[in-house]
Amino acid sequence: MGGLSTKHILDMESLSREDISLILDTAVNMKEISRRAVKKVPTLRGKTVVSFFYEPSTRTKVSFDIAAKRLSADAVSLTAGSSSMTKGETLIDTVKNLEAMSPDIIVIRHSSAGAPYLLARNVAVPVINAGDGMHAHPTQALLDLMTVREKRGNISGLRLAIIGDIARSRVARSNIEGFKKMGASVVVAAPPTMMPSGISSLGVDVTYSVDEAIAEADAIMMLRIQKERQAGFLFSTLREYARTFGLTSERLKKARPDVLIMHPGPLNRGVEIAPEVADGEYSVILDQVENGVAVRMALFYLVLGGQRDGGD
Amino acid sequence: MVVIKGGRVVDPGHLDGMFDIYISEGRIVDIVDPAAGSPPAAEEARVIIAAGKIVVPGLIDMHVHLREPGYEYKETIASGCLAAARGGFTAVCPMPNTDPVNDRAEICRFILSQAAKSDVGVRVFPIGAVSRASAGKELAEYAEMKEAGVVAVSDDGHPVSNNQLMRRALEYARGFGLPVISHCEVLDLVANGVMNEGLTATRLGLAGIPNASESVMVQRDIALCELTGGALHIAHVSTKESVQAIREAKRRGAPVTAETAPHFFTLTDEAVGQYDTDAKVNPPLRSSADREAVREGLADGTIDVIASDHAPHAVTEKEVEFDLAANGISGLETSLGLSLSLVNENVISLGRMVETMTNAPARILGLASGLKKGGAADITIIDLDRKWRVKTGEFRSRGKNTPFDGWELQGRAVLTMVGGSVVFDNL
Repeated sequence: MGGLSTKHILDMESLSREDISLILDTAVNMKEISRRAVKKVPTLRGKTVVSFFYEPSTRTKVSFDIAAKRLSADAVSLTAGSSSMTKGETLIDTVKNLEAMSPDIIVIRHSSAGAPYLLARNVAVPVINAGDGMHAHPTQALLDLMTVREKRGNISGLRLAIIGDIARSRVARSNIEGFKKMGASVVVAAPPTMMPSGISSLGVDVTYSVDEAIAEADAIMMLRIQKERQAGFLFSTLREYARTFGLTSERLKKARPDVLIMHPGPLNRGVEIAPEVADGEYSVILDQVENGVAVRMALFYLVLGGQRDGGD
Repeated sequence: MVVIKGGRVVDPGHLDGMFDIYISEGRIVDIVDPAAGSPPAAEEARVIIAAGKIVVPGLIDMHVHLREPGYEYKETIASGCLAAARGGFTAVCPMPNTDPVNDRAEICRFILSQAAKSDVGVRVFPIGAVSRASAGKELAEYAEMKEAGVVAVSDDGHPVSNNQLMRRALEYARGFGLPVISHCEVLDLVANGVMNEGLTATRLGLAGIPNASESVMVQRDIALCELTGGALHIAHVSTKESVQAIREAKRRGAPVTAETAPHFFTLTDEAVGQYDTDAKVNPPLRSSADREAVREGLADGTIDVIASDHAPHAVTEKEVEFDLAANGISGLETSLGLSLSLVNENVISLGRMVETMTNAPARILGLASGLKKGGAADITIIDLDRKWRVKTGEFRSRGKNTPFDGWELQGRAVLTMVGGSVVFDNL
């Protein structure tokens, strides 16, 4: 009845189309709260959200914290350095101990794929995946869907181009799943060293040419290139990468005139995206960040049993 | 005197028929066709009724990890031998990756004395290290280890990455009649991989391990085997490319043999499911094409041996993030049941299956095997029809780590006899 079909938010696969629509609709209402003079509603007063960040994060961590606070939940977050993980405690033990203090939601970011599943199997409260290894980043995909829907009115029939290290990107995986589920088509572009095995089985078009990928795209999502990947022989020089796979204003001329430019951040200006493109008129990068708070507010509300059209 | 009566005796290449086996003082004194023959002179005999059962030479698992010394919390020689007996094995060959590594006679003697002390009765034939501490730098002391009782050398758990060391190991071991068992894994191709490279890994966001990380080293080892003439045995074959390389090498007459493990002919990488660490093993579970190639390799003789690669671990080493989980499957108590499934599915004949778990490993390691008058009474009795469910709670092994928990299998060992003594009886 008007609520989510799943208890945990672990990946985009386990969310139905209806779940995604419900989350995005709810997030629209939540976004309005963030634009008020007093940015707080009492919806989750008395609830506690515990966030574990086992991997460094600035934007996502702050976004979850602000989302909890805008709904009047008490938010506690732990980072790897401050947690007992560094003392050799297992993930299950750490979380069981914290669970004994009765949180209502656990948020986890972890460098190992699947860690949120391990948690979800071992705790009673809802778990929200804030990014696990190369696997999934469902809240990022949801905020990306929200941003595109907001700008284009719908998702169905659109074409999304994702460009960068597809193999090692949880953002790519979750967005492929999310956009396809909502009726969009997806094309991925990268050198073959950055394509995962069996990528075309995920139902995407694959190209090694950025020009080809962006030609028909309604939205272009650039992925951050990690400079240390050079050591794994994934690309030659940053210079060559920027020229061949980066989004420059020159290259952008080949895209549709109303294309949306997206990036999950943090940006490597001048590598995967030219500064003038990141700051240009097509960029919705800061909309993505703003919508991130709204989507996370919607998720907190919904996983605690919230229904459609409630919230305020 | 003990008589095993009424069973179908299967000793591949030697016997297949209804025979009664007479045993005295640990040895087989006669094998008699009850329809034709006259039993040996009447002596008070204990009779084991094997009617409707299969009587085979004692099963040998040439690739196990018994974890002692050093990792007794995972397994001990005693608990591992109990697991072996329950699985139908009369002999096991523990790999040397203990702490300390079995790289010298003293450790080998310790393992044998623990086996004797355990009083389980299962025979233990240790495998010594290729290199000191299995560190891949210097040859271990093969002559002294051989004297102390090792039957092969291996750095199992680690590849011998240094080509020259592998060459010399094959040569040096050859002089002592020891086969070199190779764990084939090119580490820089594995990189940070934790499961098979493929669609499942892509879907789960786990770093993949390509087939070539195994087959590149299989091909290197075959080249070195052909260069040196040293006996090479490839451990835990998991890929179609490895099977093909071994098949071709055998055709050329290279002294190479190979083994695979039940999980490779039973499962694919899809068994990892939702990050099931019990399906994390090295080499990893592969694709269905690889599984098919391994089955073909067993059927056509390219793969000589089924060995469990029994790798027990504590729960705490598996109930962690997939990236951090230990590799391995506790396999001694499911190996025969899974192998019999291949027979039930007509992938291999019963005789071929028995061969891969008895005479083939014995031949490679220079051990006695087979049911012969005057030979040791190492015998396993199998019930082909008995359906049973794998329950880790019933494992005698300390390692409960298996992806087969809850599986229903048909066929199992119902009696295990070593040197005339019954070490497991569920007849």
